[in-house]
Amino acid sequence: MTPHASHKGPSFPHRHLLGIRGISASDINTLLDLSEKYVKLNQQVDKKRDTLRGRTQINLFFESSTRTQSSFELAGKRLGADVVNMSVRTSSVKKGETLIDTAMTLNAMHPDLLIVRHHSAGAVELLAQKVGCSVINAGDGAHEHPTQALLDALTIKRHKGRFEGLNVAICGDILHSRVARSNILCLGALGARIRLIAPATLLPADAEKLGAEIFTDMREGLENCDIVMMLRLQSERMRGAFVPSPREYFHFFGLDREKLAFARPDAVVMHPGPMNRGVEISSLVADHPRSLIREQVEMGVAVRMAVLEALSHHLPNSDEVI
Amino acid sequence: MHLSAATPANAALVNARLIDPASGRDETGGVLIRNGMIADIGPHISAKSAPRNANIIECGGHILAPGLIDMRVFAGEPGAEHTETLATASQAAAAGGVTSMICMPNTNPVIDEVALVDFIARRARDTAVIRVHPMAALSRGLLGKEMTEIGLLSEAGAIAFTDGVKSITDAQLFRRMLTYARIFGALVVQHTEDPDLARGGVMNEGLVATRLGLPGIPAAAETILVERDLRLVELTGARYHAAQISCADALEAIASAKAKGLPVTCGVSINHLVLNENDIGPYRTFFKMSPPLRREADRKSLVEGLADGIIDVIVSSHDPQDPDTKRHPFEEAAYGAIGVETLLPALLSLVHNEGIALITALGAVTARPAEILKLDTGRMGRGAPADLVLFDPDTPWQVDADALKSKSKNTPFEDKRFQGRALHTIVGGASVFQLS
Repeated sequence: MTPHASHKGPSFPHRHLLGIRGISASDINTLLDLSEKYVKLNQQVDKKRDTLRGRTQINLFFESSTRTQSSFELAGKRLGADVVNMSVRTSSVKKGETLIDTAMTLNAMHPDLLIVRHHSAGAVELLAQKVGCSVINAGDGAHEHPTQALLDALTIKRHKGRFEGLNVAICGDILHSRVARSNILCLGALGARIRLIAPATLLPADAEKLGAEIFTDMREGLENCDIVMMLRLQSERMRGAFVPSPREYFHFFGLDREKLAFARPDAVVMHPGPMNRGVEISSLVADHPRSLIREQVEMGVAVRMAVLEALSHHLPNSDEVI
Repeated sequence: MHLSAATPANAALVNARLIDPASGRDETGGVLIRNGMIADIGPHISAKSAPRNANIIECGGHILAPGLIDMRVFAGEPGAEHTETLATASQAAAAGGVTSMICMPNTNPVIDEVALVDFIARRARDTAVIRVHPMAALSRGLLGKEMTEIGLLSEAGAIAFTDGVKSITDAQLFRRMLTYARIFGALVVQHTEDPDLARGGVMNEGLVATRLGLPGIPAAAETILVERDLRLVELTGARYHAAQISCADALEAIASAKAKGLPVTCGVSINHLVLNENDIGPYRTFFKMSPPLRREADRKSLVEGLADGIIDVIVSSHDPQDPDTKRHPFEEAAYGAIGVETLLPALLSLVHNEGIALITALGAVTARPAEILKLDTGRMGRGAPADLVLFDPDTPWQVDADALKSKSKNTPFEDKRFQGRALHTIVGGASVFQLS
């Protein structure tokens, strides 16, 4: 560490945040502690800091996302960065520009931080190899979505005060979910016990080897759970390809009050959004006082500010900024 | 075949370790070449005993074996000359000790007409430095709907019939193709993967794919098609070759078909013998191939299958790809890897690291493919064409992708350290490659 380390906040030894795999439990705790500071800041009238003053942040979204993109945008702006949003529609990419072309083009604009969402697993890592700035994975295919896992962990920490010994049920479309993969890694590293509840057609191969317990019966899976984390099921997947119908899916795997009653009485409900009310979650549960869904959104901004700050210490010439 | 070097009417390769899998020969001696053919072979051939006018080639005790026959090469020509041509593929092959390559019909246009078989033969004669034999398409346009003119194509020189990277899934059509091919004794070669079960998948299904978030292809997609095909072979009696199997279950199916005495053979790519799904690591697209690299347990079974003789043939499955089709996220990248030039070194790694006998390893790229394809090459005996490779099995070297002769550089063995490589390659008595 340099003599300036004390000015630079807690140490986070990575240049990019590409996934939860590859970062340690202590890295995760560093980020969660830092996030707490920003939760407080975000509740004040003046939310602005100059940690990233003079820095350029590009949000590069190959897949549309209102929530994640605006969360990163706010996070960057509150830290004083110049934030540019680029939505690259798949169609224009198909016209010939490859991901690597796009990366080289952006690199020439000298951004400091690149936030990337892409529909293909591994795309963000590929891009990170080609650019000179810090890269944050905002979701790549069915691979990882690390900031979502971190915000989920922060939300849980604030409500339960611990991870050790908690039973966390992740329910729904595990097969296609990057949120599930990142959460299994993140909450698992922090000491929680993970259960996956899904119809067998929506479980990936060898899911039991991911360090989670598998259930295809939701009531059984929810027994004694502290956290019930629901996942979104895309509509094209519930018309016969993976499950027969939305109606049947809701009947067996939708979270309603009756099924929630199998979890612990103080169990809380989470959802990464956007929700399909009446498909994977009933409105009564979604809007219930035990639902943390809105709080997750709030934590999202704080966590992303923490990640941006942590990575900013690795930017070149960062001493001149502080 | 275009022979650049002057063909010495007489040459004697002396002081070599002669290994010929076809005859089981493994002894020190020499080979006498006359008019492109092997005139004599044995311990009695030496610099002293050679005819006075013979050009003496001192082999320094290195191994002299029949030139390799690579039964699965995608040469890019016609249609994708920017990735490879028959000329560049043949130079890469020569540098790897391969003296005959069998080209797949997956070109543009598809090799499904007599005129196109002629075209390949003509281009090969004019531009290639080794022997080239085309396989013709099994279905017109590789569309899996109508059979090609198997009889006429055979007469024109098509060495076997396959849809290359595609499987014939229609069981009734495939049965008829087998039945019809039998009239001509034609070999039917199938890419064994059920496309419905494999749909959407880009790598082997399992924990590695699950962690990477990539859609998987179950090994059963291969086994199902192999098992179905074997039933149809039983029904028709046609000669059937599974182009490249990748998993233990398919191997077992082939083994039991062989035990029943069915006219069945199978190949495996060298990649599936030396690599596994873990080599994909962080989404390395040069390891994306079809069939996908499987689990380590499958790889080990395949190595055992080679030792047991259930696997007949090892191929490079040389498939040149432009960097533009590989530098993509894994799901979007093209399949395929080059390999004709590294086939022999990778094969030797099985000898060095996996306990495979050298003569067994060489048999799978010489005598066996020659037998299956009814070629007169692939053996080192009196009267055979003088297609030979001289190689040093031991000297370490490191693969430099840029130094490979193929026009495309998508090798899964970039920077890999191998032991042993071709020193001198001879086709029809003419020298086509010498290591500088």
